[in-house]
Amino acid sequence: MRAEVRRRDLLAGAMVCGALGACGALSGCGSVQARPFPGALLGPDMARGHAIRDGRLPGPTGPKECIPLVIAGGGVAGLAAGWRLAEAGFNDFALFELEDVAGGNARSGANSVTAFPWGAHYLPIPNREARALIHMLRQFGMVTGADAHGAPVYDPFQLCADLEERLLWRGKWQEGLVPSTGLSAQDAAQWHRFDAAMEQFRKAIGRDGRPAFASPSALSSRDEAYAALELISFAAWLAREGYTAAPLLAHLRYCTRDDYGSEPAAISAWAGIHYFAGRRGWAAEGAGESELTWPEGNARLARLMAGRIGARLRPRHSVTHVARDGEDVLVDVFDHRAGAGRRIRAQAVVLAMPDFVARHVAPEFTGASRFSYAPWVVANVAVSRMPWGPGVPLAWDNVSSTSASLGYVVANHQTSSASDGPGVLTWYQALSEGDPVAARKSLLARGLGEWQALIAADLLAMNPELDGRIERIDVWRWGHAMVRPTVGFRSDPARAAAQAMAGPVFRAHSDLSGLSLFEEAHYHGVLAAERALAHLGRGVESLL
Amino acid sequence: MDDSGDFTGPARAHAAILLLSVLVVATCGLIYELLAGTLASYLLGDSVTQFSTVIGSYLFAMGVGSFLSRYVRRDEIGVFIRVEIMIAAIGGWSAAGLFLAFPLSADFRVLLYAIVLVIGALVGLEIPLLIRILRSRFAFRDLVSNVLTYDYVGALIASLAFPLLLVPQLGMIRTGLVFGLANVAVAVALLFVLRGTRRVGVDMSAALMVAISLIAGLFMAERIQRFSEIAYYGEGVIHARSTPYQRIVLTRRGEDLRLYLNGNLQFSSRDEYRYHEALVWPVLGRVANPARVLILGGGDGLAAREVLRDGRVRSIHLVDLDPEMTRMFRETPQLAALNRGSLLNPRLSVENADAFRWVRAARGTYDAILIDFPDPTEYSLGKLYTVSFYAQVARLLAPDGVMVVQSTSPLVAPRSFWTVAQTLEAAGLQTRGYHTYVPSFGEWGFTLAARTPPTGPAHLPAGLRYLNAVSEPLMFDFPPDMARRPTPVNRLDNQALVRSFAEEWSHYEG
Repeated sequence: MRAEVRRRDLLAGAMVCGALGACGALSGCGSVQARPFPGALLGPDMARGHAIRDGRLPGPTGPKECIPLVIAGGGVAGLAAGWRLAEAGFNDFALFELEDVAGGNARSGANSVTAFPWGAHYLPIPNREARALIHMLRQFGMVTGADAHGAPVYDPFQLCADLEERLLWRGKWQEGLVPSTGLSAQDAAQWHRFDAAMEQFRKAIGRDGRPAFASPSALSSRDEAYAALELISFAAWLAREGYTAAPLLAHLRYCTRDDYGSEPAAISAWAGIHYFAGRRGWAAEGAGESELTWPEGNARLARLMAGRIGARLRPRHSVTHVARDGEDVLVDVFDHRAGAGRRIRAQAVVLAMPDFVARHVAPEFTGASRFSYAPWVVANVAVSRMPWGPGVPLAWDNVSSTSASLGYVVANHQTSSASDGPGVLTWYQALSEGDPVAARKSLLARGLGEWQALIAADLLAMNPELDGRIERIDVWRWGHAMVRPTVGFRSDPARAAAQAMAGPVFRAHSDLSGLSLFEEAHYHGVLAAERALAHLGRGVESLL
Repeated sequence: MDDSGDFTGPARAHAAILLLSVLVVATCGLIYELLAGTLASYLLGDSVTQFSTVIGSYLFAMGVGSFLSRYVRRDEIGVFIRVEIMIAAIGGWSAAGLFLAFPLSADFRVLLYAIVLVIGALVGLEIPLLIRILRSRFAFRDLVSNVLTYDYVGALIASLAFPLLLVPQLGMIRTGLVFGLANVAVAVALLFVLRGTRRVGVDMSAALMVAISLIAGLFMAERIQRFSEIAYYGEGVIHARSTPYQRIVLTRRGEDLRLYLNGNLQFSSRDEYRYHEALVWPVLGRVANPARVLILGGGDGLAAREVLRDGRVRSIHLVDLDPEMTRMFRETPQLAALNRGSLLNPRLSVENADAFRWVRAARGTYDAILIDFPDPTEYSLGKLYTVSFYAQVARLLAPDGVMVVQSTSPLVAPRSFWTVAQTLEAAGLQTRGYHTYVPSFGEWGFTLAARTPPTGPAHLPAGLRYLNAVSEPLMFDFPPDMARRPTPVNRLDNQALVRSFAEEWSHYEG
């Protein structure tokens, strides 16, 4: 109860700060006009998170509970682990999640018009090698059958509807995210060369017989020819290969910011190339290039996985400490609703937390690491009329070549057939410039009003017709949105050690891949669950 | 009636300015009259009546103004200047104001004639006042000759310039504003020459404010025009309303009522029976017992009107996106007369929902399904023509039920037309296209679909205006220019139809 009150106070405080921020901007220099949009400042529960970091939560009381298998963390990796256990018919586990709702980056909200995502909002059609994921999508009715060659048939209502993407380029919206007009012959030639190079990488098979770039990435070849790409930055690789065309580099920067929250100079060439070469979507009816998406984004997948886990999923529970005790593991859990902690004896633990939390909770099982995280801002903007603009009509994903933001996605794209009317635009911005720690500080220093003014200005620059049609802007601040696939990340021995753990604690998180993607989190969750089952002597045939 | 000494300054200059102002005010006066007459016939139709009544009221109001001039006992030039400023403001803004007020006002005629009478009365004051001001400078014989000469020359200038130059070049809104500026220029010029002899501050400020507003209006004329949109239709707009989903505009020219959604014609009351009989009866005539009927789109209630003529129909469910649309056609007497109150019929239930979402959640089956959506002009609308959508609709179709889809023009857009059939077939249905001529639309097409081929003759009721046992089968014959051709299947993730539709219609219009 107390914790609930605290949380509410915190939220109210955040809103007051936001309002003050708005006032400050109004009375300030006047260059940024703050408008009094209704809205709230949201984010992961920092009070609960920081209480763990600072060791402020009370210790366990009462008798010890025995749960054979504990999953610590209910993001996508933890949910995937729980789903895998349920799939194996294994029921003796509990999944503890700090937040009120599980899902991690794949959470969502809703208003009277539509649901909308607060983070991850689509899943590319999985590759043939993502067997466990395809198995799950079939179970969830997203794969409805197979064609004559065995390729999955995807439910058309869940495949992203046309028009998928449009780019505001030289004052006009055009289809796709690659500019199709006004490129010099030299730019176009470089672009073709880049596409051809990526196509080579897409098809490349390493000497170990594995694809050079696989998804999930753990299935990629270890061939040194490709591993070497890990040791230079993407920006350096592009320069080395002679890619200098400004529109091409701007597009590549958009891509790395969109998927990794990072600048091309901050990530390895391997990760940069993986964006283009790692996807070989396997689907019937030519849908391989498409993606699955829902109004609430990947929260759809999170909710369905949580549904399989049922009452074993326990939200509002912080795992505060994980330590070895003989053959077993002691897991301290704080129940925020009851306001009390307790101790659990488990035979195996799936540690499905991001490394920046895990290193405080389970220092015994985390090494010196080089994990760094990109901060993001996601806003859901309720509008009374949909935007349009010169050129092609509104698409699912709408990006401006002149904006610092990553554009906006139309939350009701999949569900509405009205050409106008109210809707929700989900606006994304990766704070990729400079040092992530400093970027995180500036993210938190800005209040609601300041973010709203910035977001409204960005949207109005793209779609001036939205003037007077923005009804509400809710802003979600992600301090640690995405792990960054920095140079040398994959070859880091600490990361390899984290992945190779023999038990009784098994780590599961997309952090282990360095790629904050659903496919990665799902892979690590399933893998950890299967290893934990084997550790308990309940080995199953792998779905992977 | 004393000559109060206003005219004691450099009198010659005054006289010249005043005579010039006769020319200007005469031109302006006729321009406002022409504007009101043109606007009235533009907006209300029946130009003979409109012009005649507007000109009559205007001339009568001028008489009233002339009569009232006798009550001006002092300071004629001061009154004249203020009259000019008022005419500038009211006359200058008259066209813009009438355009803007038209969709908003309940009775447009009251406003129209009020403005005509006020401008007429003010213009009627001008000449008597000018004659009195000038009377000491000219012999009476010359005065009457001069003033009336300038007056009639001004009228000639106005009547030639208005249709040949002003309306085509400036448009009505700008024309009004420009001549308002001419009126205010007369006031400012007089105030300027009089500045030494009297206090002009207040009048000058008023004149300048009016001038600034008119100049600002000139810059905003495009926006006002777009906002008023009436010029766009070229027919009398009798109702205009923006809903969150669309702009609904209803126009009338004579007996012809037309409905436009976002500027696209939906029906003309003159020939909609051809469209709606062709939409409804080939389906109902091929269903053994159409007890339950579903209409998707068709918020105007016209298709429902046809369906309700069939005594076998026990219930109709109508799903339309826009509540305002169904409300208008239920409650506006003129419109309810057109659909014969179909939306109030107890056999019909209306649900305002996005059909794309509705079909996925809907349960039960219908013996006949009529799909009457707007053309696939946008990606969002294109979803309502996809194989995924039709598969859901097919789920709602009774085993021996028949459905029909409004499928755009097979003459203008044959690829688009046959894409609908191809897509329905991909959803597991058998199809049969047909077409008819609707004068306001042109050659228009529909697609029948059912689980078994929807062949065989249709059983048509007696008393239809267009279809009978002879004309109905003719609709299924396609000459070579509209004949079936290979097309893709329209899917959510390729929107082939929206793309071909845009291309085919652009050739047509271009």
